[in-house]
Amino acid sequence: MSLADDLTRPVEDDEDTTPYSERGPAPIDVVAGFGFWLFLLSDIVMFSALFAAYAVLADHTAGGPDGLKLFNRGYVLIETMCLLFSSFTCGMCSLAIERRSAGAFHLWALVTILLGGAFLALEVAEFSRMIAEDAGPTRSAFLSAFFTLVGTHGLHVTLGLLWFVSMMAQVATLGFQPVVIRRLRCLTLFWHALDIVWIGVFTIVYLGARW
Amino acid sequence: MFGKLSWDAIPYNQPIPMAASLGVILAITAIVTLVLWKGWTRYLWEEWITSVDHKRLGVMYALLAFVMLIRGFVDALMMRSQLAIAAGGAQGYLPPEHYNQIFSAHGTIMIFFVAMPFVIGLLNFAVPLQLGIRDVAFPVLNSVSFWLTASGVLLVNLSLVLGSFARTGWLVYPPLSELAYSPDVGVDYYLWALQISGVGTLLTGINFTTTILKLRAPGMGYGRMPIFCWTALASNLLIVAAFPILTATLAMLLLDRYLGFHFFTTDAGGHAMMYINLIWAWGHPEVYILILPAFGVYSEVIATFSGKPLFGYRSMVAATMGICVLSFMVWLHHFFTMGSGADVNAFFGVMTMIIAVPTGVKVFNWLFTLYGGRVRFSTPLLWTLGFMCTFVIGGMTGVLLSIPPADFVLHNSLFLVAHFHNVIIGGVLFGAFAGYIYWFPKAFGFTLDERLGKAAFWCWLVGFYLAFMPLYALGLMGATRRMQHYHETGWQPLMLVAMAGALVILAGIVLIGLQLYVSIRSRTSRLDRTGDPWNGRTLEWSIPSPPPPWNFSVEPRVQGADAYWGMKQAGKEAAAQEPEWQDIHLPRSTPVGVVLAFFATFFGFAMIWHIWWLAIAGLAGLTVTALVHAWRVDSEITVPALQIGEYERRRRRT
Repeated sequence: MSLADDLTRPVEDDEDTTPYSERGPAPIDVVAGFGFWLFLLSDIVMFSALFAAYAVLADHTAGGPDGLKLFNRGYVLIETMCLLFSSFTCGMCSLAIERRSAGAFHLWALVTILLGGAFLALEVAEFSRMIAEDAGPTRSAFLSAFFTLVGTHGLHVTLGLLWFVSMMAQVATLGFQPVVIRRLRCLTLFWHALDIVWIGVFTIVYLGARW
Repeated sequence: MFGKLSWDAIPYNQPIPMAASLGVILAITAIVTLVLWKGWTRYLWEEWITSVDHKRLGVMYALLAFVMLIRGFVDALMMRSQLAIAAGGAQGYLPPEHYNQIFSAHGTIMIFFVAMPFVIGLLNFAVPLQLGIRDVAFPVLNSVSFWLTASGVLLVNLSLVLGSFARTGWLVYPPLSELAYSPDVGVDYYLWALQISGVGTLLTGINFTTTILKLRAPGMGYGRMPIFCWTALASNLLIVAAFPILTATLAMLLLDRYLGFHFFTTDAGGHAMMYINLIWAWGHPEVYILILPAFGVYSEVIATFSGKPLFGYRSMVAATMGICVLSFMVWLHHFFTMGSGADVNAFFGVMTMIIAVPTGVKVFNWLFTLYGGRVRFSTPLLWTLGFMCTFVIGGMTGVLLSIPPADFVLHNSLFLVAHFHNVIIGGVLFGAFAGYIYWFPKAFGFTLDERLGKAAFWCWLVGFYLAFMPLYALGLMGATRRMQHYHETGWQPLMLVAMAGALVILAGIVLIGLQLYVSIRSRTSRLDRTGDPWNGRTLEWSIPSPPPPWNFSVEPRVQGADAYWGMKQAGKEAAAQEPEWQDIHLPRSTPVGVVLAFFATFFGFAMIWHIWWLAIAGLAGLTVTALVHAWRVDSEITVPALQIGEYERRRRRT
């Protein structure tokens, strides 16, 4: 059904007129999804605290290097592209899940893991370069905040990758059971949320560095 | 091999912690022996430890809170007795080193391991019953939450025997809590205990928000939800929004201490004041996380014992949700003296005064509910009336402190200490006791002794005023908080009165224990056969006491606010035909919660003492447990319709 059809569809008279809030307990799919959304919100609150700390400490360089000197925006752009494309392939995973196609799911999950892994490898390389240049997290408050914010995101990506691997194993062993489908939906939500956080990191940390 | 841990960690030369640890070890040994001797292990494991039933978890939370209340109160008694004698040149019996640990442990324990578990225990027990549902949204997660809280409790108590606790106050302000000034394990005990139990609390927040918003009996729209569920919703929304800030803030301090980061250090650009902002951005919502459910308990109790619907239900809901939002806009009043400037201070002072308005709305609603009601002065109502008088005083001293110039005079004084004990004891703790006595018959099937309950209430009330009113006066006279001795002998008489008050409170605690003991001994004569001992109004009273594991044999249909009151008035219960019983699906018990907490405890302990191999082993244990659990398919048990019919017919015969 196209969007136009959807908008012009007449309201059916015989639908349940009970208000949504009075229809009794929601089905488990809705409950599980809602709970996971709340978890994502809480995770984003945690990131906001780290963002706030970064914003406060961004110019507390204690005579050490600042962001302008340390960040290579072209490099970070490649990193960003890896993550954004992994979100696209994660979307392809979702389509495969809805079609209950295990083969397509495994293929796209593998591509997602590779892209996520590439992002992580680039990040680790950037971190080790900075540490080698005596710009590690112990150098200044600015760098402490930088490594914590970006590193926490990286840790989330790592956990997401492990989750992907375990879900591939679950699909392989348990098949598309309802509980596995619910977990897969949560995983894809989680992966997209990491993208949103990264958009914040890219904008505030890398583009926000003073010229 | 064992990191910083060695035999020196045991404080041999300090008689007080040694005696206390010995007492705790003896008590634990006695309990374990009793359990083994009576052969209760299997029962405890199957019915309690691995249970995911919200009612069982609620009871375990409350038990945990009671045990920790005793621990925290012993700290309080030590502080009061120290200050009763340490006047003039005297140093008392507690050296500053030890005294600092005591006030830090007292605050940490009372907030995180008494008030929080007590409130969360009441939520666990009552919310699903009031909503008319079989369990919370995520029962297994609920068990994980409880056991992670228990893990935090264990770590805090370990600091008594091994090493020491923080000497920094209950919010471990840097730079004092940084490695440079607190090099021992005290602050690490604090940080890891709170990180682990904080994860548990966050999961509780997610669980209950989902439960209340998505799982309610048919017909229970938002406007018909019991007020306790509304306050529970507000409290859990605050948990979801505020606890991640605590996690992030404590993680930053951990990074400073473990990896040499510079978030809050005095050198390399660190910013200690940022910690104080962040911690209170969590800390102020936290006090409303505690007090809002207590307000809910009072609302239920007042409506029930006045035999009237709650006056101004909608304004009560609006006030609750208003407080929920406003609680995030006042955090700076905890540090007016930090130098944010007059304009900022003025803004937060005004916001703080505004938050008193919805609280005032609530007090008037309670008064108008009582007005014209058939008031029964049972123990839960006594606690509520005691709360109303006490809390209004505490609220007014709070508004006084919200005026920045006044705060400059009063900050860091015993006046402040008196104020927050006034609202936390008079608000949260009284509410917890009211809820405990109110829902006890529902949980166990018999009521608590009224006479001893009333005696306990009067001891607490009188003891509270004796213990804390002198502190207001002492604060105005210039006595500061966290003070181990003082030269001004003129303060000593008031300190002695406060000490006497603490002893009266001690009598109150003993009476509460005695009440439980006497009530259990005489339970056959105080059985609650109706399931509705107080002539209640909400759905939890429509089912037997104690409720069956599935709570409701038939899904209740809600027709209006005060659902059960409406059913009783319509006389539906008696007239009801025996319905067609249906199979009921319940979550299966699982040890995953206790196993995760087991590994989390080892992980926390290993991190505190820098035993890296054990930390890695703990993490591996956590991961493997989670993975094994993820492959569990058979997560439900089915209670056959036949069994439910049998249960209901037996119940109706008696």
